Amino acid sequence: MSFLRSLASRDRVFDFLVPVESPVDVRHGPILYLEDVTVSFDGFKAINDLNLTIDDGELRCIIGPNGAGKTTMMDIITGKTQPDSGKVWFGSRHDLLTMNEPQIASLGIGRKFQKPTVFEALTVFENLELAMAADKRILPTLTARMNGEIRDRIDEVLLTIGLAELRGRRAGILSHGQKQWLEIGMLLMQRPRLLLVDEPVAGMTEQEMERTAELLTGLAGKQSVVVVEHDMGFVRSIARKVTVLHQGGVLAEGSMDQVSSDPRVVEVYLGAEAEEEAV
Amino acid sequence: MQSRSWLMRPFGERSTLIFLGVLLATMALVTLLHVAVPAGHPLYVSAYTVNLFGKYLSYALLAVAVDLVWGYLGILSLGHGAFFALGGYAMGMYLMRQIGDRGVYGHPVLPDFMVFLNWDSLPWYWHGFDMAGFAFLMVLLIPGALALMFGFLAFRSRVTGVYLSIITQALTFALMLAFFRNEMGFGGNNGLTDFREILGFNLRSSDTRLGLFLATGVALALGYVLCRAIVTSKLGRVCVATRDAEARTRFLGYRVERFQLFVFVVSAMLAGLAGALYVPQVGIINPSEFSPLFSIEIVLWVALGGRATLYGAVIGAILVNYAKTVFTGVMPDAWLFALGGLFVLVTVFLPRGVAGLLALRLRRRGDSDASLSAKEAAA
Repeated sequence: MSFLRSLASRDRVFDFLVPVESPVDVRHGPILYLEDVTVSFDGFKAINDLNLTIDDGELRCIIGPNGAGKTTMMDIITGKTQPDSGKVWFGSRHDLLTMNEPQIASLGIGRKFQKPTVFEALTVFENLELAMAADKRILPTLTARMNGEIRDRIDEVLLTIGLAELRGRRAGILSHGQKQWLEIGMLLMQRPRLLLVDEPVAGMTEQEMERTAELLTGLAGKQSVVVVEHDMGFVRSIARKVTVLHQGGVLAEGSMDQVSSDPRVVEVYLGAEAEEEAV
Repeated sequence: MQSRSWLMRPFGERSTLIFLGVLLATMALVTLLHVAVPAGHPLYVSAYTVNLFGKYLSYALLAVAVDLVWGYLGILSLGHGAFFALGGYAMGMYLMRQIGDRGVYGHPVLPDFMVFLNWDSLPWYWHGFDMAGFAFLMVLLIPGALALMFGFLAFRSRVTGVYLSIITQALTFALMLAFFRNEMGFGGNNGLTDFREILGFNLRSSDTRLGLFLATGVALALGYVLCRAIVTSKLGRVCVATRDAEARTRFLGYRVERFQLFVFVVSAMLAGLAGALYVPQVGIINPSEFSPLFSIEIVLWVALGGRATLYGAVIGAILVNYAKTVFTGVMPDAWLFALGGLFVLVTVFLPRGVAGLLALRLRRRGDSDASLSAKEAAA
C-alpha cells in the first residue's frame, strides 16, 4: 500500500531508483526528522505523537524523567524498535522506517550505549582499528595491512578523544571515563553523520565531565550530536538547545534557561528533582 | 610490523623466532643423537624415543589447534579429538590400502577385517584411498567438512559457551559409537592396524620413524606459524573482540558467525593433520580416539600450558604427555589422579599456565612483547 502511495507521489523519484546507501541529503537543513511517531507496548504508549527535528551539525540535549520515552526514541531511530505510526527521516532522502539496524548504522548513525563496552584485551589503538569503516569480510580482514592513511585517521580520533598517550595500553586498564571516550572514538571511526549518546557522564568524576563536555561540544558542527542525559549541570554546560520529553511527547523545547523557567517543565521534571533533592 | 603481509608477520615476532629456534634445534639434536651416537652410549636416542617424541609433537599440533579456537575465539571445544581421529582414520585407510595382498588373508584389495566380515567388495568410501595424494587431501578435507557443517549450524544459531562445549562433546561421543560398529566399515572396535609402509617406506624401520618425527616437527612449525599469522592479523583481533564482547563486535559490522566458522574449520583441519601424523607413528587408529575423555584431556594440556599463547599449548601438550609416559610406567592407576591434581594446582597457582610463568619472567626483565601483554587478557 505504501509502495503504491510512493508511486503516486509526484515530488519524488521512485524509491527503487534511489540507492539506499546514497549520501545523506541535508540541503533542507534537518538531518533527523521525526513526525507524529507513536509506539505502544501492551497498550502503554511509550512514545505519543512525538515530533522532533535535529539540524545538521547541531548539539541537542534531551532530558526527561524516567519513562519519558528517551531510550525508546533512540531505539526507533536506530531501527531496533518499529513505531506503530509516524515518520522518521534521515536527511530528506532516507526513510529510516524501511531500513534495518545494520543499514541504518552504515548510513552514518552511531549510537553509544549507556554502559561502555570496549574490547578490554585489545589496546586503545586496536579498538579504534576494529571500529574503523572498512571491508569487514573474512579474507580482507585476514590480509588487512596497516597503512599511513589508516594510521592518520586513528591518530586523529585519538587526539579528538584525548587518549593519544594511552594508545598502546590495553583498554581494560582504562578508567570508566576513558572507556566512555574510547567508545565515542570507536563511533567516530565510522565517520557518523549523527551521534546518539546515551547518558555519557553517568558515574563520571567532575573533571571527566568537563572533558566530556569539551569533547561533545567539539564534535558538534562536524557531526550532529544528540545527548540523552539526566545530569542537569552537565546539560547546562553543553546545551544550546534542550528538548524536554514527558510521557512520550515533547513538553518543551528551547535554550536551557527557557525550558527551566517553563512552569510545566518545572512541575514534571525539575520540580520533581528539586523535591528529591529536598528529601 | 603491521605493514607486512599477514603470512610474514609472525617472523617479525621474537616469541615465534624463539619457538621455531627451539623446535628446529630439538629436531636437529634428536636426529644427531639418533644417527651419529652408537647404540648403548648414554646419549644415544633410541628409535623408540624418537617415535615417542614424534607422538608428542603431533599432540602439540593438536593442542595448537585447540588453543586457536579456545584461547583466541573463546570457543571451548570438547570434541576436537573427533577431528584428530578423522584425520587419523583417513591416514589409516591409506595405510590399510598400502598393505595390499600382504594381509593375513592375502586378499589383493580388501583389508583383513572386511574379509573377516565376509564382505565381497570395497565400500564406496574406501575408493581412492590407495592414492597417497587423495588420502592426504582427505586428511584435511574430511575434518574440515565436518567442522564446516557443524560450525555452520551451531554458530548460525548463535550457540556459544557451555552449550557449544556440550554439543561438541556429544559430537565426538556419537562418532565414537558409530565407529565402534563393524557395519561402518572402519574395522569396528579394533580400528585400523597392521600397517606396513607409508609412501613405500617400511613403517617398522628406524629411518622411517625418524622421518615421521621430522615431518611432524615441520608440520608443527608450519601450523604454528599459520596460527600465529592468523592471531596477529586484524582477523585475530576480531576473534579476541568476539571472545570478549560478541554482541559489540557484531554491532561494529563484523559477521561474527562467519569469523567463528572460518577459524573453527582451520583449527579442525590442523587437528586432522595432527591425527594423520600420529597414526603411522603409533601404528593403530581405533574409536577410542573419539572418546570424550581424550578431548577433555587436550583442553587440559592447553590450560596447563597457558591459553592464548599457542606456544603455551605446545609446552602443555609435551609436559603432560611426558608426565603421562613416566607415570603410566611407574603407577598406571595413579595417572588420572596425578592429572587431576596437576590441573587443580595449575588453576590455583598458575592461572595463566606455564606460559604465564614464562611471561612473568620476561616482564620482570623489562620486556614489553605485545604478544605477551595480549595474553594477559586470556586469564
